[in-house]
Amino acid sequence: MKMNQVWKKQGIDLRPGSQIKGKWHHKTYTIQRKLGAGAIGTVYLCNHGDRPAALKISDKGTSMTVEVNVLKSLEKVQGSRLGPSLLDVDDWVSPTGNTYSFYVMEYLQGETMVGFIRKHGKDWIGVFMLQLLEDLEKLHQTGWIFGDLKTENLLVVSSPPTVRWVDVGGTTKQGRAIKEYTEFYDRGYWGLGSRKAEPSYDLFAFVMVFLTIYYPNRFEKEHEATEKLLFKKIDHVNDLIPYRSVLKKALKSGYASSAEMKRDLIHVLNAAKKREFYHKQKPKTSWKRLFMESGGIGVLALMYYLFSLLF
Amino acid sequence: MKNGSLKQILLLTDGCSNKGEDPSATAALAYQQGITVNVIGILEDDQTESPDGLQEVEDIALSGGGVSQIVYSESLSQTVQMVTKQAMNQTLQGFVNKELRQILGSDQGIEDLEPEKRGEIMEVVEDLGETSDLEVLVLVDTSASMHNKLPTVKEALVDLSISLNSRIGRNKFCIYSFPGKRKDIQLVFDWSPKLDTISTVFPKLTSGGITPTGPAIREAMYQFGKKSLLRSFRHEDESGMEETGY
Repeated sequence: MKMNQVWKKQGIDLRPGSQIKGKWHHKTYTIQRKLGAGAIGTVYLCNHGDRPAALKISDKGTSMTVEVNVLKSLEKVQGSRLGPSLLDVDDWVSPTGNTYSFYVMEYLQGETMVGFIRKHGKDWIGVFMLQLLEDLEKLHQTGWIFGDLKTENLLVVSSPPTVRWVDVGGTTKQGRAIKEYTEFYDRGYWGLGSRKAEPSYDLFAFVMVFLTIYYPNRFEKEHEATEKLLFKKIDHVNDLIPYRSVLKKALKSGYASSAEMKRDLIHVLNAAKKREFYHKQKPKTSWKRLFMESGGIGVLALMYYLFSLLF
Repeated sequence: MKNGSLKQILLLTDGCSNKGEDPSATAALAYQQGITVNVIGILEDDQTESPDGLQEVEDIALSGGGVSQIVYSESLSQTVQMVTKQAMNQTLQGFVNKELRQILGSDQGIEDLEPEKRGEIMEVVEDLGETSDLEVLVLVDTSASMHNKLPTVKEALVDLSISLNSRIGRNKFCIYSFPGKRKDIQLVFDWSPKLDTISTVFPKLTSGGITPTGPAIREAMYQFGKKSLLRSFRHEDESGMEETGY
């Protein structure tokens, strides 16, 4: 009963070098540095033996238990790593006698999707979109909805560049009310749907993730109709031109599944490639091209001539 | 648990009470009767620290068995739904903990179980939270200083209704403001499953700086009592009415 009442209390601040020893499993972790803090708990980089890991610690025992439940059920998804893998769950009794819950997970190292796309170009947008949709499809098929899908919860890990989910705290069973959300990414906030956990909820947030790349400061509700406003924001981004129709349909909760959206996306991607190819063909008639092409023909002719001399 | 829904009073205020009985005492009284009291203290946007008056916010929730939070009006929407849900879980967890104590012995609670077993219990709590019916009486402080916050309050309440109506369980909301004209509280919006129909504006603000938080909570508590009395009458006459409502 008391477990959640302390949430106004300041979070725990662990110094680098602090030792956290589990009450139940007796494993010891050495804190390296703070990675981040959220509504529920703080995440630290820690060492277990000589292996790095991420340790999340909080005084909200029940919320932590719920998160652990989600991580565990994600691990049951065969053949793919949706969330970070869970290494340990335990309690820690601080020197002052307070009990905190913590869990240890795989430490994912990477950069933000926004940073990656800025560095490596818009070609990656389509790749990440397909990757994310595939992962979402897998998740949805197991009966879960991501819920709090946002750029902060995504990380691009290298070789090969892959989007991974770092925080799965908002993951909710399908058909229930979304557990955790961020207003900007929430269709309820924009008045474009309910907060019922269903695939289309995630797909709405998905669109907002890709809008955030181009509106890093986000934007707010205005007096005009929200749907019109969001459509306008999509239209203003050149890099998103090929995906416009798909993104808009997702904003209207027009896709019942990620697979369906993925199909449409592959379709427009291919169409865009063709168009690009066509656009590239045109300038081929330039003088340089003509010269090169005639040069090529010349080489062929010369070879043909040489061969004919031989026989 | 089966019959009977969770009852909550959600108090939205920006300051200290200055009239009537101690609000913490009335909150404790409400809690004794199975009504949880949650309090949200709203800060001015330019306030950097919570003023002393808002300590009361914490005290009321503590004795009301609920959750309290102090926020800037801009993050009110998220806070309102978080506080409501957290309080629901807290209440349900209380029930589960009580059951556990009966099974495991007097001093055992969820926190005394090993982490693996806790998970299963929390699943039960979550299930209950998703499916149980909920009644929220919103009590809005409409004293003069709340004036420019009321549009945000309204928005946050509509948002709360979106969140709660995405659950499987049924909801009922009503809104009262205080202080009322010649009364401690005044009805703004009567019991209804949805709040998105709030077209009524909050009544003309009463100036004079009277904030009778204690009497307001007491009156809100009575409203719950009245309602269940009314419902029991209704049940006798036309018992199918409740179910067909949805």
